[in-house]
Amino acid sequence: MKLKTLSSIFLGSKKKLVELAQHNNSKFWLEIVPLLWIITFFILPLLTVFKISFAESVFGIPPFTEIFTVMKNYMFEIKLSLKNYITMFRDPYYVTAFINSLYLSVVSTILCFLIGFPMAYGIHRVRDRLKTIFLLLVSLSFWTSFLIRIYSWMSLLSVNGMINTALIKLGIISSPIQFIGTYFAVALGLVFCYLPFMIFPIYAVLEKVDKSYIESAYDLGCRPTKTFWRITVPLAKSGIISGSVLVFSATIGEFVVPELMGGADSITFGRVLWNEFFTNLDWSMSCALSIGMMLIITIPIFMVRKSEII
Amino acid sequence: MNAEPYIQIEGITKSYDEVTPIKDVSLSVYKGEFFSLLGRSGCGKTTLLRVLAGFEEVTSGRILIDGIDITNLPAYKRPVNMMFQSYALFPHMTVYQNIAFGLKQDGLGKSAIDDRVKEMLSLVQLDGFGDRKPDQLSGGQRQRVALARTLAKRPKLILLDEPLTALDKRLREETQFELVNIQEKVGITFILVTHDQEEAMTMSTRMAVMEDGKIRQVGVPHDVYEFPNSRYVAEFIGSINLFDGITVEQGTDYVLIETPEIECRCHATHTGTLPLGSNVTLAIRPEKIMISSTRPEQAYNWTKGIVQEIAYLGDVSIYYVKLDSGKMVLATLPNLLRLTDRSFQWEDTVYLFWRSENSLVLTA
Repeated sequence: MKLKTLSSIFLGSKKKLVELAQHNNSKFWLEIVPLLWIITFFILPLLTVFKISFAESVFGIPPFTEIFTVMKNYMFEIKLSLKNYITMFRDPYYVTAFINSLYLSVVSTILCFLIGFPMAYGIHRVRDRLKTIFLLLVSLSFWTSFLIRIYSWMSLLSVNGMINTALIKLGIISSPIQFIGTYFAVALGLVFCYLPFMIFPIYAVLEKVDKSYIESAYDLGCRPTKTFWRITVPLAKSGIISGSVLVFSATIGEFVVPELMGGADSITFGRVLWNEFFTNLDWSMSCALSIGMMLIITIPIFMVRKSEII
Repeated sequence: MNAEPYIQIEGITKSYDEVTPIKDVSLSVYKGEFFSLLGRSGCGKTTLLRVLAGFEEVTSGRILIDGIDITNLPAYKRPVNMMFQSYALFPHMTVYQNIAFGLKQDGLGKSAIDDRVKEMLSLVQLDGFGDRKPDQLSGGQRQRVALARTLAKRPKLILLDEPLTALDKRLREETQFELVNIQEKVGITFILVTHDQEEAMTMSTRMAVMEDGKIRQVGVPHDVYEFPNSRYVAEFIGSINLFDGITVEQGTDYVLIETPEIECRCHATHTGTLPLGSNVTLAIRPEKIMISSTRPEQAYNWTKGIVQEIAYLGDVSIYYVKLDSGKMVLATLPNLLRLTDRSFQWEDTVYLFWRSENSLVLTA
């Protein structure tokens, strides 16, 4: 949903500005504030990142080559390097990181949907007073620090953690299972952290669905279970898509969960980016990676939007 | 019309925690009838409709359709289809799929469904609209699709919840007649809920006036209008002039009423016995009142007043006449002549008079 408004501001901005300026009414000022905000804090930084991604890494301050150089006689020199992009698509390290991220992200999105939809539907169906309590409980996890939540899971899942101890005491397993460092742990962490992003949009859409659609299906002879699949789920489609887009785009760049809960083999985009920037001090490469990732995320979203599903 | 009622509602009560929207309602509807439930919002008419559709469980009472008790059947098993006020057309399905939806639930074959959907589309004059989505249709077209969808299963009873309120006035009037024509063609029993008395009177064979969860009067539109059984019904249907008075003389087919608001006694046709001195309400419809500039020669049923307002409605004008007692009386006159030739003007002193058989004595 947010993407929709953002893109509409992008696409319609020029025409709208002219139109609004001609009208010269208060609406113009109302709309220019968010526009300025977006330009200052989103578009300009993004353009900077885009620019640096075409530079090359050097030792110095700043640690990348200049792209635009003003020369004598009013001459410009533009040096664009595609080296970073070529490396990104050639080097198996980055390709693997991307595939890993994509895999984790898709799996967590699907898991979030499978858990989140029944939860959203359940909350939608209970009495009004309980609804508030359940919604509060879902958002409660946001109130504790993200890191603390991850550390709690780490201690729960550790070799000496509660889960392993319980399983051994119950006699289900004889030796502790190594959870931390597996894809399972990463997926669990991601699902745990991003589940509310799936629940809320689906819940919001379910609440808006006119009850008479459901009644009308019953009235035409459709049993409740069938009505759920034929009417309720299709009508919640926009919520499912928004939730999935939110979870997908949040998890694909995720750094903390794979770093803390994943093993050496679970190299993800976020971790690679961190390494490039903070360990290798290769700004231009990390900028190229960011742009690459952004394109890879936004292209499917825009395709979805084009097919008028959102 | 069969003697045996087709739909029998027997002592239905519906209560929630604190409110009782339906209080012991009994009603019989005959096969092929176009029956209207008329009442103000909150009178329980929509709840009654939802009880019939199976969306609300009854607290007590029974519902029989064609002799079969359906009181405890869930909505999806009842031979009843409802047309919703919002039409509730499934937005993710085409017109064709919407109409076919109910038929699919019956397990009909593909070709049978296809035939029926085509038949329904031509019945509501929407041939060729099958592939459209509901949001590509106008309000009137959506209303027709909703009707087609309810008709498609050929239910024993069709319920219509304020089906025309979303349409503009012109379209609404056209649709009223069309709905009646279609109902006559298919022969299915219709129960319509409306707050619009004109709608109920135009379309229905019989109607019930509801108030506060109870049925106040059931009858053909003509009877309900001309012979309301209570002050409530009289005031609810159309406009009416009411005078409180007491009976002073009783004949075999008339009563004489004295009211402080009218200087002469009123002679009203009334059979049945009323003790002398009982409190009654004299009711006269505005169109039954005649206006004259000279004093009518009759001894009873006239009064005098000053024209306060004239509401010109085109076909008729409504005269608001203030009597000497201060009471405001409405009289409707057809505009037989052009406006410039109007015989009565503001501030004119006029005499109002009416015939005995056109006034009504209400005891409730």
